[in-house]
Amino acid sequence: MSRIEASFQTLRKSGRRGFVPFVSAGDPNLATSKEIVLALAQNGADIIELGVPFTDPMADGPTIQASSQRALNNGTTLADILQMVRDLRREIETPIVLFSYLNPLYRYGFEKLAADAADAGVDGVLVTDAVDEAAFVISSVLDGHSLDLISLVAPTTSDERLERIAANGTGFIYAVSRSGVTGAQAESSSSAENLVRRVRKFTGLPVAVGFGISTRQQVEDVWKYADAAVVGSAIVAEVERSLAEGNTVERVTGFVRGLLPTVANLATEI
Amino acid sequence: MTNYEPNEQGYWGDYGGRYVPETLVAPIDELTEAYYTYRDDAGFRAEIDGLLKDFVGRPSPLYFAERLTQQLGGAKIYLKREDLNHTGAHKINNCVGQILLARRMGKKRIIAETGAGQHGVATATVCAHFGLECVVYMGTEDMRRQELNVFRMRLMGTEVRGVESGSKTLKDAINEALRDWVTNVDSTYYLLGSALGPHPYPLMVRDFQSIIGREARAQIMEKEGRLPDLVMACVGGGSNAIGLFHDFLNDDSVKMIGVEAGGRSMDLGEHAARFAGASAVGILQGTKSYLLQDEHGQIGSTHSVSAGLDYASVGPEHAFLHDRERVSYTSASDEEALAAFQLLSETEGIIPALETAHAIAQVVKTAPEMAKDSIIVVNLSGRGDKDVHTVAELLRSKA
Repeated sequence: MSRIEASFQTLRKSGRRGFVPFVSAGDPNLATSKEIVLALAQNGADIIELGVPFTDPMADGPTIQASSQRALNNGTTLADILQMVRDLRREIETPIVLFSYLNPLYRYGFEKLAADAADAGVDGVLVTDAVDEAAFVISSVLDGHSLDLISLVAPTTSDERLERIAANGTGFIYAVSRSGVTGAQAESSSSAENLVRRVRKFTGLPVAVGFGISTRQQVEDVWKYADAAVVGSAIVAEVERSLAEGNTVERVTGFVRGLLPTVANLATEI
Repeated sequence: MTNYEPNEQGYWGDYGGRYVPETLVAPIDELTEAYYTYRDDAGFRAEIDGLLKDFVGRPSPLYFAERLTQQLGGAKIYLKREDLNHTGAHKINNCVGQILLARRMGKKRIIAETGAGQHGVATATVCAHFGLECVVYMGTEDMRRQELNVFRMRLMGTEVRGVESGSKTLKDAINEALRDWVTNVDSTYYLLGSALGPHPYPLMVRDFQSIIGREARAQIMEKEGRLPDLVMACVGGGSNAIGLFHDFLNDDSVKMIGVEAGGRSMDLGEHAARFAGASAVGILQGTKSYLLQDEHGQIGSTHSVSAGLDYASVGPEHAFLHDRERVSYTSASDEEALAAFQLLSETEGIIPALETAHAIAQVVKTAPEMAKDSIIVVNLSGRGDKDVHTVAELLRSKA
């Protein structure tokens, strides 16, 4: 059983829903990034999404754009990120998903990436701008190394596509809550619940909902109908706010504890 | 006869396709279906032809550049005068086609990106013509370089949104337009300006621009009674070039040269010559093509004196034509383009756009090596009014 599958099984057994934080690898630097991941793992993260920075993140809002740029400015590469995962694997078992645009992976080489990522301890890969046949090619390569291809679905995705995407996906399905780029927003989206219901017609895979989730209330709303909530930009924004003082890990930890009081309490009780 | 149609997935050989976030698949499917429905529809074509004639002023002349020919002392040089179109460049051809498609699709809000501002102006123009809401994304560096075009767009009621990310040029404007589209998928039509982006844009833009080559072919037959030996154009995304080349692709006797921006030097970041070595195949902004990038797959910054050629990737059909060696791609430096800008102004009384000046710079190199009875057709893709400020500054700093 893959670590991602095991993670959702544990959640189901304990009647809990999952928390999936996202951070850009290498922001503000690789060493701090690793500390952030450790803190997230210790504070309720069930799966961690590690963003691979890219110069042209067309699906991302300003917060993650700026974060990617900071990571690139200090020279973060895919090889560095894989090394970071290798180091993390000495300390944590939390599943790790690489979240990337296609070109850095394409340049690295899919086959080499799949082999190196599996070897480093990565559990899954999500590619923002690969759909249709491009996604099929990637999933077959990843499959050869027992890595999950996490597929994105959106409110605009037709039922016909949902069926095909669900059949091609493994690990979990990432449901984009609304049409738009990544980034915090005040209101929860009603389109997400409808989308999750549609996805479930075609697959038994767990469904995580992301894009625009930044508050405890929103996480709790998502938990009513989905298996996990993804929080990205709101955490990355904390990294950005910490830059002047340099208390990044404390700041992110504090934010996540506020976001997930229940989980944080659980962690301290244990 | 080679068929230059892309396959159903939008690939010419290995190049093209649609690499987009899942949210954009549905609107792109809708667009693709609409385009294939109307592509050969007689009513649609007639409406395009009517606007091109009466609103744009087509056909554009094919002009014999006699003094330039004499001065260079080789091939006869003909200029396809796209600069004489309404709004001053070839860009309007594509905008007329796409705006009519957008209307048939019932879209009320139009967005576009622009580099040099010519596509932005052409989009603003067709939106004003049809009374549609229009938002144009433009890098702030380009807004500085092309102040006049920013003013023209605003004058026609378009909202110009400055883009501060990345190098603040065309690539960043496209990112921002894609972000707008992904957020407003239902209401919005993205009127992309070059033979770039996800399928069906490279095909659609090529089709709408291929009027250039069709006219040029008929005009040169009328004037010279034969096909040209060489056709040439500058290549940014590649829409004016593919527009001129398309109708000649199956004429083996017609050689073709596409001219990229050589910038200041051939170091990564100093030019926009995608076929010149330092680049590799990759995926950017929805399409697979040649791409200026570093060893980690991060997109390289680019430089050109001309905003319209200042882009890290190139249309996928050009990548295909490059690999098949149907078109030769070369580059002209900032310096050479500037010299050609002055040369054409002085010898012919035609001030070309700085983009177009790159093609003229290649004419200067090639024409003298050709026999006097040979014929070159070069696409004079745009007029240079928008660039006089930049050129004045550059000449002052050289003096």
